[in-house]
Amino acid sequence: MGESPVRSGKPRGNLPPLELYVPEPKYRPGDKVDYSELDIPEPGELARPDEACAASETWPLTTDMIRVLGDDDKAVGPWNPNLDPESLRRMLRNMALTRAFDDRMYRGQRQGKTSFYMKCTGEEAISVACALALAGDDMVFPSYRQQGILISRGYPLVDMINQIYSNRADRLKGRQLPIMYSARDYGFFTISGNLATQFPQAVGWAMASAIKGDTRIATSFIGEGSSAEGDFHAAMTFAAVYNAPVVLNVVNNQWAISSFSGFAGAERTTFAARAAGYGIAGLRVDGNDALAVYAAMEWAANRARGNLGPTLIEHFTYRAEGHSTSDDPSAYRSAHEREEWPLGDPIMRLRNHLIAIGEWSEDRHADMDRELAEEVKAATKEAEKNGILGHGLHHPFHTMFEDVFEELPWHLDEQAEQAIRERQMKWPEWKE
Amino acid sequence: MLEEEAVSLHDAPTRSLNMIEAINEALDVMMARDPDVVILGEDVGYFGGVFRATAGLQGKYGKNRVFDSPINECGIIGAAVGMAAYGLRPVPEIQFADYIYPGLDQLVSEAARLRYRSAGEFVAPITVRSPFGGGIFGGQTHSQSPEALFTHVAGLKTVIPSTPHDAKGLLIAAIEDNDPVIFFEPKRIYNGPFDGYYDNPSKSWKNHAGGKVPEGYYSIPLGKARVVREGAAMTVLAYGTMIHVVEAVLAEKGVDAEIIDLRTLVPLDIETVQKSVEKTGKCLIVHEATRTSGFGAELSALVQERCFYHLEAPIERVTGFDTPYPHSLEWAYFPGPVRIGEAVDRLMKD
Repeated sequence: MGESPVRSGKPRGNLPPLELYVPEPKYRPGDKVDYSELDIPEPGELARPDEACAASETWPLTTDMIRVLGDDDKAVGPWNPNLDPESLRRMLRNMALTRAFDDRMYRGQRQGKTSFYMKCTGEEAISVACALALAGDDMVFPSYRQQGILISRGYPLVDMINQIYSNRADRLKGRQLPIMYSARDYGFFTISGNLATQFPQAVGWAMASAIKGDTRIATSFIGEGSSAEGDFHAAMTFAAVYNAPVVLNVVNNQWAISSFSGFAGAERTTFAARAAGYGIAGLRVDGNDALAVYAAMEWAANRARGNLGPTLIEHFTYRAEGHSTSDDPSAYRSAHEREEWPLGDPIMRLRNHLIAIGEWSEDRHADMDRELAEEVKAATKEAEKNGILGHGLHHPFHTMFEDVFEELPWHLDEQAEQAIRERQMKWPEWKE
Repeated sequence: MLEEEAVSLHDAPTRSLNMIEAINEALDVMMARDPDVVILGEDVGYFGGVFRATAGLQGKYGKNRVFDSPINECGIIGAAVGMAAYGLRPVPEIQFADYIYPGLDQLVSEAARLRYRSAGEFVAPITVRSPFGGGIFGGQTHSQSPEALFTHVAGLKTVIPSTPHDAKGLLIAAIEDNDPVIFFEPKRIYNGPFDGYYDNPSKSWKNHAGGKVPEGYYSIPLGKARVVREGAAMTVLAYGTMIHVVEAVLAEKGVDAEIIDLRTLVPLDIETVQKSVEKTGKCLIVHEATRTSGFGAELSALVQERCFYHLEAPIERVTGFDTPYPHSLEWAYFPGPVRIGEAVDRLMKD
């Protein structure tokens, strides 16, 4: 007998050496894109089970994809929410406003008015349609690409911009990174930079609502990348165990900064399919189809409200822009990916649907876009009166020490005095 | 301290309780007073917790308010944050402080900063209870004292009682507090005070003044230390189990030291500390946690900054060693009477 391989460290000669598999996206910069392998079903094909169905009955919906709007711009099938034209136009308007807002704020960042911005281009249907399918007082635990929810709920644009500029009117006193809004009165939880932390919190909120016999439900959004965080699994376990009235959303936009969805396990199964292992309902939906998103959220929200349990929804979409203003996607992915994304642009698809049913026109759309750009511009001008980042119009120094605790303890009181003394030395002319 | 406690007790009749019973009473009192108080954690429901701190509460308040949780500290604390955002006052139990780490991000990045990052829109009135410290042959996964991790985090309060009387009053105050509180329970003294002589028979809280616990509601304000014993020879700063070890050592040595039980590490009662060190001129700091970057380092720096011209000797620090807690050698790790005694002798010589 030879020396044991454990001791010698030499592999056994008669077995193939093991290999580590490191996922690699199909396309890199310059590559031609071929989406023919992507399995995109025809709209209207999938059944819509009863909201009270067993979670296991949703299995086919987790591996397939719920779609309502077809290439012919018609809405078809059992998942068609049959919204009236007025609601469709409202949805379209909120999506377009979200995009106009993003465009303006992106430019503002490039002009040095703030440090950072994150657009949600290509994902507008997800936040806006979900917001419209929920009740106004349902609680949302968002990630950083759901500005469409605040916009849909009528949160003032000026307040959003004040937050982005961290100016003296910023409700968050200039403490948070731009776009990390908090709006309690609008059912919008304060955004964390630590990913996926909001998932178990949403479940906890939903549990509290159930404990108190309330009728409100909670929902939360994370990206597919952060579904790899332990918090995702904590949330799924808690949601399942306590049958929490919660809708958990994974926005699968294909990219987590430069890491493609394969690094969150997308090559093995869909994100929606993870619901099955926890025994909760799951839906996979075309995230660029506002009607499909609306229908899925409405189904899940009704289920939660009926004490029938939680749902995991995967929104299959594409992050059309960079991760943030600090990112350059051309350095890691093919430009063709966006151009040829087979599920199109969510705003265009809804617009074309409204035109196809005779409830909209290209002229009306162009007028609306102009009007929305003006609205955003006016809000920007209004917010700029309160200052832009780094130009001195911020909250008083003392506010830096407030809200660490309900009351100011002695050590923070001493440090606040120090900060104000330093300010007087550095900027004697300063007044606040 | 004495007047303040007399005021809050309303002359309620007292009984002898051990620390577990006192904690159980505090939870009971608060659950009865405030329907928003809920308890969650591993084994806390039907069974009443592995240390029985929540015994009987599920039967009394129902499964909606006292319930078991999955073995998932991230989920326990994360759900508690969401419950607090809703308006409840969750009191999660982490079965051993050693297991708080999987929930650490939810505590330090979320609960601790919720009020700040939302400018007061959302708050996290959560009290995380967790047994900590060694001396029960718990090995390296049931013995740690991680309090310094939490004192380093802006926005968290850290509370540690040393008697059943304080445990009840402080826990009630912690649950009433609108900030997140880490409430560490020194499990070595759950059933009786411990003087560090591990091979002597255990003592009972029945014969200890701190075991006299008033009935009903009373609270001990956070941020107020307790002068355990007045003295002139030196100031000893300690908390939790170490209060009792220090008392035993000083009695043995016949040293007239002033012992201060900090009770709350953040916010710290700096006034009581400073007044005492200015009076005695010497300072001994004792804790069970590992030494490097332990809370003793912070205390030492504060005393040096504030009392330097009153100091007659270098500040002494007695702590656990910078190793994990060793199972078979836990009494060699534990900062017992010998280690503390040497430090006392050094201070008395100067």
